[in-house]
Amino acid sequence: MKKILVPIKRVIDYAQKVRVDPSKGPQGVQLKNVKMSMNPFCEIAVEEAIQLKEQNKGAEVVAISVGPKQCTETIRTALAMGADRGIHVETKPDVRGDYIDLQPWAIASLLKGIVDREDAVDLVLLGKQSIDSDCGQTGPLLAGLLNAPQATFAANIERGDDGSFTVERETDTGTETIKLNASGKPAVITCDLRLNTPRYPTMPNIMKAKKKPVETISLEDMVKELGLDLDEVLTPKHEVVEVYEPPPRKEGETVGSIDELLGKLKEKGLVA
Amino acid sequence: MSLAYCRATAHHVARSLQRSGISSSTSSPFCKAARQNIQFAAISGSRTLSASVTYPDESMEHSYEQRRLPVTQFTEDEEMIRDAARHWANEELRPLVRDMDNEGKTRPEVIQGLFDHGFMGMEIPEEYGGSGMNFTSACLVVEELSRVDPSVSILVDIHNTLTNNAVRFWGSEELKKKWLPRLASDAVSSFALSEAGSGTDAFAMKTTATESPDGSYYTLNGEKLWISNSREAGVFLVFANVNPTLRHKGITAFMVDANTEGLHVGKAEKKLGLRASSTCPVVLDDVKVDTVDILGEVGLGYKYCINILNEGRIGIASQQIGIAKGCMDIAMPYLNDRSQFGTKLADFQGMEHQYAQIATEIHAAEIMTYNTCRMKENDIPFVKEASMAKLYSSQVAEKAASKSIEWLGGIGFTQDLLAEKFFRDCKVGSIYEGTSNIQLQTIAKRIKDEYR
Repeated sequence: MKKILVPIKRVIDYAQKVRVDPSKGPQGVQLKNVKMSMNPFCEIAVEEAIQLKEQNKGAEVVAISVGPKQCTETIRTALAMGADRGIHVETKPDVRGDYIDLQPWAIASLLKGIVDREDAVDLVLLGKQSIDSDCGQTGPLLAGLLNAPQATFAANIERGDDGSFTVERETDTGTETIKLNASGKPAVITCDLRLNTPRYPTMPNIMKAKKKPVETISLEDMVKELGLDLDEVLTPKHEVVEVYEPPPRKEGETVGSIDELLGKLKEKGLVA
Repeated sequence: MSLAYCRATAHHVARSLQRSGISSSTSSPFCKAARQNIQFAAISGSRTLSASVTYPDESMEHSYEQRRLPVTQFTEDEEMIRDAARHWANEELRPLVRDMDNEGKTRPEVIQGLFDHGFMGMEIPEEYGGSGMNFTSACLVVEELSRVDPSVSILVDIHNTLTNNAVRFWGSEELKKKWLPRLASDAVSSFALSEAGSGTDAFAMKTTATESPDGSYYTLNGEKLWISNSREAGVFLVFANVNPTLRHKGITAFMVDANTEGLHVGKAEKKLGLRASSTCPVVLDDVKVDTVDILGEVGLGYKYCINILNEGRIGIASQQIGIAKGCMDIAMPYLNDRSQFGTKLADFQGMEHQYAQIATEIHAAEIMTYNTCRMKENDIPFVKEASMAKLYSSQVAEKAASKSIEWLGGIGFTQDLLAEKFFRDCKVGSIYEGTSNIQLQTIAKRIKDEYR
């Protein structure tokens, strides 16, 4: 196996309390001075890529991120985990990285171009979804654009000697096992929670990451190089109508007995 | 533009001001002096900036803005290192803390984890198997580990800031090649200085080292006391006197493998705090040490010991800050959660005043400590500041630990929470690596000299 690409996204840290930003109208969440980290599912994807690299000597893991200049920190984390090099498609500061400006179609289009640009890519591993938009679209869109075999919600990945991938998928009704045959196209697999537990970087790896190459290229230049249309990339395909905090939890009612509970449930039409 | 460069420049700048007759104490913040001198330099064209470093082709004023990062603003690597340490401490260490304290022992898997994650060879250069990190990073790791278990962080602190650094600074190439890879990968180290009759008065040590007739080895005899990490140690940095008639000028530092015949580690002390950290007597009974294992030069051990402890105490300051923050980590969520009389404890003004005071003091201790780290990294004399940082941080830790138990009320007094452990752990902060009285003396000496 030669090359694994792992697109990663910089999002609001999962432990942060997300607040709606009133200054952004009905649309945005507070991004200023909020701690940002790598999307947890992207971390799982990076971990899987590195495990596959360890099993297949000579494989190269490339971490890719599209976003503002702080994305280099996110890429650096991937390098510290064990990725070999990074590509940073840098967007202007006013372009929102969450889902308002950059959306899955744009990202998938860019990634398709980057896959072609990289050449000899065996596998693209992505997180199943990002925790800010929860779209879950980038992986499948990319597979479609590449005309490549895909498996989503991977809970286990095995690589065959013939270059095929056997993937156990998490579905609502249980686990489904499918095989992505070697096709000359990179396999596209999105990663789910149970796939692995991402390692935290060790001290030597954090220091080694400093020396690993990261290619930084502006969005405009990358779009030009890939022969895409900048407006087409930056025009959102869907519009966020409103973002609001969930209403505060209403107080519950205490009931005195099981009969009373059943009575109330019947009243509310929840039980026949 | 690197932070190190900025600080070196500002120091350089303050010094040249002094030379030109404008008074500027190097220990006072260099802001005013630096601002003046940048304009001064621009006008006079004097070479106050190091010519060996290139600086951006921007206006002086803009460069000035770029340099003024707060001391608590760390580099990208340092933040990653801190996060990784915090992560490991919370995931792997926290579940074991109470048991290790009760058992009075550090689990072998914790020690292995420390090595595996690179916490034991932090400043050792990569070519010797270490991570090649800077001093500030090592202190950040000590702080993060202390926030969860100060017993484990003291092991890491002594190993990195005392033994490893002493070997790096004064070891011959042969010694470094022999020991640094082991120190980075599998050998825990102890700093064997103190004895029953010599704690603060370290130079009154009685352990002797007698040269063999052919000069190829020394025979060590004596008994060290209060030696941390001794049960786990693979190597001891032992201070012994080769010629007691020379008094302290005979003190020599030896790297002694734990398996050497004649070296015995005694029973661990039963301590108030840091109970998982082994503190044992170490008996040296005709222990033969090859001359290749002498650190640096014979008779200079006393210098090495003073110098390394001067910087090691910055690490202790980080540990104490970690303890103080660890106490806040326990108390504050509780205060935000528990109510009495329909009010959250955190909202009572009396409580607000108390935790605000403690938080302020922790912040002050933090700034002192990390500022001192940067001074050391820039070869700016820091002995006074290191003493101040250790003195103050240990005082703040004690206060924070004590107060946090009060805030937690009855449950703070039980072993259900780790607050009572921090209370016991913090006390040694004012004792080891230089008692508070000694720190005060060190500071006083320098202050009065400044005014003479």
